[in-house]
Amino acid sequence: MIADQELAAIEGRGDEALLELSLGPHHPSTHGVFRMDVVLDGERVMKLKPVFGYLHRNHEKIAEGASYLASMPYTDRLDYIGSLTNNWAYALAVEKLAGIQVPERAEYIRVITAELTRLQNHASTIGFLTQEMGASGSPLMYSFREREKILDLFEALTGSRMMCNYMRFGGCRVDLPAGWLEQTKKVVGDFPRFLDEFESLLTGNEILLARTQGVGVLSKELAIQGGVTGPILRASGVNYDIRKVDKYGIYDRFDFRVPIGEHGDVYDRYMIRMLEMRESVKILEQALRDIPAGPIMDSKTKIRGFRPKAGEAYGRIESAKGELGFFLISDGSPNPYRYRVRPPSLINLTVLEDMCVGSSVADTIVIFGTIDIVLGEVDR
Amino acid sequence: MNLEEIKSRIEAALPGCRLEIVVNSSPSGQHSLVVGREGAVEVARFLRDDAELRLDYCSNVSGVDWLDAETSEKVKVKKLVDGVEQEVEEVRKTRTPGYLEVVYHLYSMEKKHGPVVLRQRTGDRGDGVTVASFTPVWRSAEFQEREVFDLYGILFEGHPDLRRILMWDGFEDHPMRKDYVEPNDYEYEPTPHDSVLAKAAQARAMEGRE
Repeated sequence: MIADQELAAIEGRGDEALLELSLGPHHPSTHGVFRMDVVLDGERVMKLKPVFGYLHRNHEKIAEGASYLASMPYTDRLDYIGSLTNNWAYALAVEKLAGIQVPERAEYIRVITAELTRLQNHASTIGFLTQEMGASGSPLMYSFREREKILDLFEALTGSRMMCNYMRFGGCRVDLPAGWLEQTKKVVGDFPRFLDEFESLLTGNEILLARTQGVGVLSKELAIQGGVTGPILRASGVNYDIRKVDKYGIYDRFDFRVPIGEHGDVYDRYMIRMLEMRESVKILEQALRDIPAGPIMDSKTKIRGFRPKAGEAYGRIESAKGELGFFLISDGSPNPYRYRVRPPSLINLTVLEDMCVGSSVADTIVIFGTIDIVLGEVDR
Repeated sequence: MNLEEIKSRIEAALPGCRLEIVVNSSPSGQHSLVVGREGAVEVARFLRDDAELRLDYCSNVSGVDWLDAETSEKVKVKKLVDGVEQEVEEVRKTRTPGYLEVVYHLYSMEKKHGPVVLRQRTGDRGDGVTVASFTPVWRSAEFQEREVFDLYGILFEGHPDLRRILMWDGFEDHPMRKDYVEPNDYEYEPTPHDSVLAKAAQARAMEGRE
């Protein structure tokens, strides 16, 4: 943080050194309509205040006026890169609220789709990050080539590439189509080859190292204090992965590790995502091997005309961007009395100013890129 | 540690604080602790720093609006009817004044437990809508408390930067309140229907065209 005295001292120089600039909302590096008000001394960022709300549509109010089921497709539109994890978080909260058990096959399908979501999310995040460092086009196309294969799988399963609307409280909407598991095994089997290729181009790359190492350091203490979650938190050296802590669904059955960073800089955040993709591949291999036959919906749950008893529940999962939670209060009617989304994208931005102050504008763009936000979720 | 133990632990360390357990009847079993206005920040700080609890991570902050509620129950009363004492059923109505509420979901990253649900309540829905801000205790509440202020109109005392966050600065009302009425901003539609039709008629009447 830069103290007010220092700002006043620069003002006092009288050369009109401080420049107030609005970065965004329409700028290719802001991942949508996001704006930061920055105060610059030359190239150096002295202050940074994010401005939100350009995509605000009061998702929560709309959900209070709709039935529990009717909000499921709308959760797709929060973080539109990871619609399946959004579905899962909402389904999990409703299941906690009403005490619903999910059949085993559905749990496996959920893990498979969620980890595929994580793969394509992390791959495209790194693609965008290199784009923001000036590697225009090519690396992004490498990750989009892989993402395309996963989106094809989503399309075959759910009928939609991005707005999947696939999970239901008590299970999943449709069973796997014929040949889907084989195709998925092939995509997952090929994925490490892509990671090797991607890493051979990027991880040791001189430009990437120069642009990322020691940039935008986030300390462990500040990360916890600021409520940062997901890969950014773990890059700062905090061992906190909700898949391990809560063991929601069936995550206790899989053997995987949680990569932890050391420095909390941009490079660590890049590397954590690379390593997490390798762990996701491990989970996928186990889940695809073990998936049992059986029903995909809990037979006792009536999703139409669904009226949970009065009460409340908070359910959360480890989405690709961090802790995605839903807080629901029921008053016994068909609509939730209160429906709250805990958006990781918004809360991870709390410490953006602390990470960016003192660095150059070009670095600010890169630091912002590693937070990995989607405005649909930030503004809701 | 269950909520009763947490409650007595806080009360032992901070006598004078007002705490109350709210039972949650859903299968989630997430009961919560209502903390009174006085000493709320001290309670929050204790929860964060206590060696056993170490709730160092405030995950979620949400506002809730509870409107004035009227509950009626049937009571049997003894009454003199035509000079004879009889038991008569009478409907008795009780009015509970509405209030606004802020719900905090706390976890511990160090001890890996949680959630502990903490609630603050306002006195009413009119002028007494101030609660203590927990942003000085948990930074992660900063944007979320701003959002609760923006959408519910709850004022957080001690918040470093209490501005609107999602709605624009000139906006006046608080849209997440249950009694919020959206402004009549009718726009011409070639095929109005249902409620839009009623709005269209209203708009025409206002323009004196009917």
